[in-house]
Amino acid sequence: MSNFLNLLIAGLATGAIYAVVAIGFTLLWQTSQTINFAQGEFVMLPAFFMLAAMNLGLPFMLAVLVGIGLSLLVLGLLFKRVLVDPMLRHGVLPLAIATMALSIALKESVKELYSAEAHPFPSVVPAGNVDVLGVPVSMQSLGVLVIAVLAVVALNLLLTRTSVGHQMQATAQNPTVARIVGIPVERMILYTFLINAGLVALGSLLVTPIYLAKFSTGEILGQAAFIAAIVGGFNQVRGAVAGGLLLGVVDNLAAAYVSAQYRAAVPLFLLIVIILFRPQGLLGRVEERTV
Amino acid sequence: MARVLEVSGLRKHFGGIKAVDGVSFHVEEGEILGLIGPNGCGKSTTFNCILGQLAPTDGEVRLDGRVVTGMRPSELNRLGVSRTFQLLQVFPQLSVRENLILAGQEHKGTMLSRLLGPRDAGLTAAADRMIGFFKMSHLAGEKAGGLSYGQQKLLDAAMAFMAGPRLVLLDEPAGGVNLTMLGDLKDRLQAMNREQGATFVVIEHNMDFVMSLCTRVVVMAEGRVLAEGRPEEVRRNPAVIDAYLGH
Amino acid sequence: MTRSLAAWLAGIAGAAALVLLPLALNRYGIYILSLWAVMTIAAIGLNLTLGYAGQISLAQGAFVGIGAYAVAILTTSGFPFVVGLAAALAVSFAVGWLLGYPALRVQHHYLAFVTLAFSTLAYLVFRNEEWLTKGIYGIVGVPRPSVLGIATAKPLPFYYLCLGALAVVSFAVWWLVRSPWGRAFVALRENPVRALSLGVDTRRYTLMAFAIGSALGGVAGAFYAPLVEFVDPTPFTLALSLNLLMMVIVGGAGFFLGPFLGALIAVLLPEWLRFMEGWYLIAYAVFVMVLLVISPTGILGILDRHLTARRTRAASQARAAAKPVLNSEAA
Repeated sequence: MSNFLNLLIAGLATGAIYAVVAIGFTLLWQTSQTINFAQGEFVMLPAFFMLAAMNLGLPFMLAVLVGIGLSLLVLGLLFKRVLVDPMLRHGVLPLAIATMALSIALKESVKELYSAEAHPFPSVVPAGNVDVLGVPVSMQSLGVLVIAVLAVVALNLLLTRTSVGHQMQATAQNPTVARIVGIPVERMILYTFLINAGLVALGSLLVTPIYLAKFSTGEILGQAAFIAAIVGGFNQVRGAVAGGLLLGVVDNLAAAYVSAQYRAAVPLFLLIVIILFRPQGLLGRVEERTV
Repeated sequence: MARVLEVSGLRKHFGGIKAVDGVSFHVEEGEILGLIGPNGCGKSTTFNCILGQLAPTDGEVRLDGRVVTGMRPSELNRLGVSRTFQLLQVFPQLSVRENLILAGQEHKGTMLSRLLGPRDAGLTAAADRMIGFFKMSHLAGEKAGGLSYGQQKLLDAAMAFMAGPRLVLLDEPAGGVNLTMLGDLKDRLQAMNREQGATFVVIEHNMDFVMSLCTRVVVMAEGRVLAEGRPEEVRRNPAVIDAYLGH
Repeated sequence: MTRSLAAWLAGIAGAAALVLLPLALNRYGIYILSLWAVMTIAAIGLNLTLGYAGQISLAQGAFVGIGAYAVAILTTSGFPFVVGLAAALAVSFAVGWLLGYPALRVQHHYLAFVTLAFSTLAYLVFRNEEWLTKGIYGIVGVPRPSVLGIATAKPLPFYYLCLGALAVVSFAVWWLVRSPWGRAFVALRENPVRALSLGVDTRRYTLMAFAIGSALGGVAGAFYAPLVEFVDPTPFTLALSLNLLMMVIVGGAGFFLGPFLGALIAVLLPEWLRFMEGWYLIAYAVFVMVLLVISPTGILGILDRHLTARRTRAASQARAAAKPVLNSEAA
């Protein structure tokens, strides 16, 4: 039982990180039809920004701020202006393939410029266990879960309670109409790219202490984010949250109860079943696009 | 005269909305039937139900007496029902001739003969005749995407006739076509009917076009058939005038 | 007429170069050229599925794997190469057919993710089913076959075998895309609803596009196994599928010669740019991004636009030149 509870909480913690990354992924899709195949690398990179800043002698907290700042600049602003904007008119597929190329470029750049090794990364949450209902539970898991949940709640408040949030939602639902009613659509799209950059930086900060900083970790994370987004529902924030949490739990339970070899197959089966039988996702709406 | 198409009691409901609510009419061999009515009266939905693009909620569609309700569009097409769409639908990357060959190729031979047989499925001559009939011979080798809008509309219609269908359903063939092209289109459709004995149903908003082209007209309003008859009768029918001017 | 003549001459020159070039190359050079031929076969298959029929697949690498394992398992158990090749073809055709079913339900990114998931699942099977695939240890000593009594164990004869396979596949696909099937594939890509209304059985053609494209992936794998003489799971990760996809897109999806060019860039260029070491991949990735920004239809797309523009200019000049003649006739 204590084992199960620990697995569950660890699963929710990983799932919360997946959710954070998946939300950004779906936001980009909703506002600009960008399927970002480099999303995993987007999570891998900020940790290296932070490590590089620490190597220059900055204290951890300051390095984190530098890392977030660089993420907003490179993964938010530059990504949109340099790659996405010129490619939008070409349609979904060329842009998706360009992001595949981007993922290679980011991975190999880190390998060449920094190192091919795995680097330890300091945790924002102290190690150790706390007692939950008499069961010792990893503090790190709980901390990650709490931070991720706070971030999602904050984002949700931003989207539902502020005027900018409403404008962003309108942009996501129908850019043409949004433009007609006078919403600065371009700026709203830029905001979603910046939010995505912020979310991946947060994801990086939370996941890297667990997975270590390595150029190749993005592959697993990116795939998890895709699966979470699709399972939950591609066009909704709460879908991505549900998908992320579900995937994290399934992933951790599969590791414990299914054969270790086919652990990785369980989320993929989940993905295929969802796509075939409920393609709009568990919580998603049916997307209506004209042929 | 033989009834090519018979639609009886056709209904299509979307949730609570009764888009088509008990429509019955028939099409006789060799006639040009006009299907008209105000926007949103269910004309296109009726077409889509007849053609298997939508599954009707209720009712029956017969082709030459045989029940074809709910058949897949490609099967219906091979039984001889062909159509055009409201929005322009040609294949822009294929040449005009290739578009027409495509429109005929699935009606000839088998999958295997289409793989191993001649590239044009033996249809080049037929395609060129059709191109000549629609007076587009000078465009035969051009990519369809490079044609003017009116020319693409002509091609769209020509494709519907390519396989020698029993029945053609044209959904707003005149939409967006300029006056000169409109004359050509009407002339060609009438020639098709007169010379080749083609039977067709036309949905159209352009009243002059319908009234001068069609031999008989069915008027729909709010998902039902309001009136039917020869163009001049329908034009004078108070209920029809009311439906068009009443709101 | 002159254009098709030029195309024929270029084709013959290209074929002659492919036959003669390896005579001037060392062992490794011939190996790389053979690898190009094999990858081109796989890319041709993907080009059929994606470029012509418009169905995205991120699983072509998995089919190369299926073909490679089929040949490796059968030939190391004593069966002749042709049996392995036939099995590779049949299994990847059948699995590709099944993979086509999701395409009947979902499109675009959903289809991309289904095929992506399939690709990863196939890798897991290669790695974990040790009784069949020997797992991470791989199958060693995959023999190179004898063809018509000629042993292809040496690099040069094996290269010619791969080149022969490429020639056969090229001819078959060239035939296919010019047949009514090719026209139906393009119709499926451009407007499936209209195609259906013209009697095109889009279901069957979609499944066929997947099955044939995948089968060619299997054929590529069937030659890959004896080329490398060793088969383990590592080459058949998602990375190979993405690589093949980029080859098709970079060369020009939907152009017959696109895969040849794309594979040339992806397989041969790294060898010429060896001095760049790890930077090569970065340069390649940046090149792909820049290319896609300039021309989403790849390198041949640029060429095609250029030629079309020139032809249109020539045609309008011809019309302009013809006009006075007509007038003088009228007068």
